[in-house]
Amino acid sequence: MELLMPSTGLLFWMTLVFLIVLVIMWRFGFPAISKMVLERKKFIDESLQQAYEAKEKLANIQKESDTILQEAKEKQAMILNEAKTTHDAIVAKAKSEAQEEARKLLADAKSTIEAEKKAAIQDIRSQVAVLSVEVAEKVIRQKLNDDKNQMQLINQFLDEISIDKTN
Amino acid sequence: MKQTIQYIFISLAFLLGSPDIHAEQQSEGINATEIVLEHIQDSHEWHITGEGDNAIVIHLPIIVYSSTGWHIFSSGKFAEAPDAQGMRQGPYNLALGTNKEYKGIITERIGNDYSPVAIDISITKTVANLLIDALVLIFIIIYTSHWYRRHQPTDPAPSGLTGFVEMLITYLQEDIIKPCLGKGYEKYCTYLVTVFFFIFICNLMGLIPFGGNVTGNITITFFLALCTFIITQFSGNKHYWKDIFNPHVPGPVKIILVPIEFIGIFTKPFALMIRLFANMLAGHAIALALTCIIFIVGATMSAAWLYGLGTFSIILSICMMILELLVCFLQALVFTMLSATFIGLARTEPETE
Repeated sequence: MELLMPSTGLLFWMTLVFLIVLVIMWRFGFPAISKMVLERKKFIDESLQQAYEAKEKLANIQKESDTILQEAKEKQAMILNEAKTTHDAIVAKAKSEAQEEARKLLADAKSTIEAEKKAAIQDIRSQVAVLSVEVAEKVIRQKLNDDKNQMQLINQFLDEISIDKTN
Repeated sequence: MKQTIQYIFISLAFLLGSPDIHAEQQSEGINATEIVLEHIQDSHEWHITGEGDNAIVIHLPIIVYSSTGWHIFSSGKFAEAPDAQGMRQGPYNLALGTNKEYKGIITERIGNDYSPVAIDISITKTVANLLIDALVLIFIIIYTSHWYRRHQPTDPAPSGLTGFVEMLITYLQEDIIKPCLGKGYEKYCTYLVTVFFFIFICNLMGLIPFGGNVTGNITITFFLALCTFIITQFSGNKHYWKDIFNPHVPGPVKIILVPIEFIGIFTKPFALMIRLFANMLAGHAIALALTCIIFIVGATMSAAWLYGLGTFSIILSICMMILELLVCFLQALVFTMLSATFIGLARTEPETE
């Protein structure tokens, strides 16, 4: 068999074998593999895209949460501030009210005391007068027995009263 | 190539100083040309190893159609020694030629004359190797496709053989076929991928010891080139044919250009055929020749020369093997790429001016 001459027998087998291999490749091999590779490529691309989007979303969420946190902190500070002011105001108001009340009570007490005092004085005075009249009566009853003394006393009283009256 | 490793083992035995083999080999003359030619040429017997009476030979089946009908029998039925006319006589008046005229051809004796049989589709050494290579390739395809039937695109990419095949296919499709063919490349993919794997597997199998020379056979490369030729012609668009028979040049130039262009249709696939054939053949020839150095030296020169040149030859053989491994891939790739390019050229749309 010559090296450079194609032989028909081998050509026959080669045709047969190659066509069989081609059909098997077409039926089982190539398109399936190629399809799978393409699908996987698509899947990877999609996954990458999704990952990218998720990352972006996450960054956004982080940003948002940061803002929310910041806002919350500010609000908290504000509320605390407000509360403090309110507290201060309430305390101050309460204090002043208490003071007012105390002053009022004190004033009331004072006036009552004054009134009582006056009443007491009045009472004492009237009692003293009665007592003194009674005392005087008794004294006078006893002393009037002695005329001279009586006259003298009467005169003295009269003098005193007149002095009082002139005054 | 089939004998390379075997010879390397024997050479190693030489280096270890085995006197028996040494003496035996010295007594025989080594005809390197014969060894190389025997390996790269097709034959009806698959010579595995050994010489003369010790030879291990697989007698391959003969399938012929002669004037007496179809005959299928073992090539071992041909006489061992040729007769005076250089014919190895066999059954059914058939004979295997060994002389110049009918070397390796099965002939039928009619009267005293010999003429080649009408149809000879014997399983020769190359056919046997072709079948083995095809089985390996089919196994690889089925094995690989098995993975794809059981997996979803969302699964992790395959590894091992499947991954390797997928990588090659992706590479071919994305980097070779798509750029060469452009739009509508899908329908050529299966053919081109098959051609690549076919050549690649045949080349690799040729490197294995006892494996035969398939892609280094002109019939194989002829068939592959013919396929590409046919596909190219059927893919050719109006622009392609116009460029060949009515190129856009002044009249007198056409007289020169048209025949050149016309011949060009055939030279392109012819170049494909010769390139693959010559590359693989040369690779086999060189590897064998390098191995033969040891035995030629062993037969004719002193021990010192033998050890020196033997070592040198083994190193060269290893280098050749590594180079051949690269060539195996490269030639398969080149064939696929050029096929894709030729088909692509026939399909180019004219540039809009």
